[in-house]
Amino acid sequence: MDGIHDTGGRQGFGPVRFTPGAAAFHEPWEVRANSLYAFAVRLGIFNMDEYRHAIERMEPRHYLSASYYERSLTSLATLLIEKGVVSQEELERRAEGSFPLARPSATGRTNAVGRERFRSGDRVRVKAEHVPGHVRMPGYIRGKTGVVVSESPAYPFPDAHAHGVEAQDEPTYDVRFRSEDLWPHSADPALINVAVFESYLEHAG
Amino acid sequence: MSNEMPAIRRAATMQQRVDAVQAALDERGMNASGSVAQLSQLAQEEWIPRNGARVVARAWTDPAYRQRLLADGRAAVMELGLSMPPHHRHLVVLENTPTVHNVICCTLCSCTAFTIIGLPPDWYKDLEYRSRVVRESRTVLTEMGLDLPTETEIRVWDTTADTRYMVLPQQPAHTLGWPEEKLVDVVTRDSLIGVARL
Repeated sequence: MDGIHDTGGRQGFGPVRFTPGAAAFHEPWEVRANSLYAFAVRLGIFNMDEYRHAIERMEPRHYLSASYYERSLTSLATLLIEKGVVSQEELERRAEGSFPLARPSATGRTNAVGRERFRSGDRVRVKAEHVPGHVRMPGYIRGKTGVVVSESPAYPFPDAHAHGVEAQDEPTYDVRFRSEDLWPHSADPALINVAVFESYLEHAG
Repeated sequence: MSNEMPAIRRAATMQQRVDAVQAALDERGMNASGSVAQLSQLAQEEWIPRNGARVVARAWTDPAYRQRLLADGRAAVMELGLSMPPHHRHLVVLENTPTVHNVICCTLCSCTAFTIIGLPPDWYKDLEYRSRVVRESRTVLTEMGLDLPTETEIRVWDTTADTRYMVLPQQPAHTLGWPEEKLVDVVTRDSLIGVARL
């Protein structure tokens, strides 16, 4: 989905709120929120792709205003309810207040038919696809051409894995793009390497 | 169907929401509290940047290890007794040189090799870093205090699959010949992400 989470290349944001050596956690509840979602993944209640997608499904105003660990907890609670482990009523009763959740999921998809294989050095194009469900192709590479620099082992296909759809694991490729090709006349010169699933790619010749 | 207007309720605090989830799981006999205590200890005391610092210090002092690390990062960090979660199937180590500077990010969420370089700080997960570092890399790094020579090539790595990345910073000249244990203290988390040099 072309969601609010797909931030790469969006303009208008100010300076990074950076301090050297900044802490990962600030409040005890953040540590617990992080541990609770990891616990649910370990138990097999949901997988990492379902977890990521439930964050992406948050209503955009909620996503933008929530802290990182609020997004994490919202995903956890949404999935616990969707999987039938708990109900929203129970969580709100226990929390003594409203407990905002993510919006419902669209449908997933299986691997591309007739996937091509690629090698280091191949010129590849990212297919110009739009899907309603989970996808790990950042919008800024859609339709763009780059060069394969390496291959990683096969992983579950996220577009399927986030939706309970049966699919094959497939390789991912680190694909190198020139920032100038991604944002002509509108980017600092750099090489942008993106990990791209095989189903998203085609030979560019 | 009730004809009552839904009551306008205030949002529960984050603390209340976390308590609610944890208690609901505990009541179902899942012992969430026990696991949370264990995972929280791991997150705060075991998955720390010092792990990555140990990897870098070994690579600086042992050329054969450096080669193994660059060839297969996951196997090489395991040699030092470090672990990665099952879904992190591949660790790619990115070597900085006098002419190449690497920096990692996750524009879609917050993915990192967290067991090796530590859980990411807020700024890494904030919209500012995620939106800008791919498009305005040099500008962002300069704002963050890293001035690179104009001839240095910047390579940004967006963690959009389950491959994980770690930067291998250049060893500062004044530390050449130092023992490995002392070098570990030189390496910062920010240099493993690539927003700082040493």
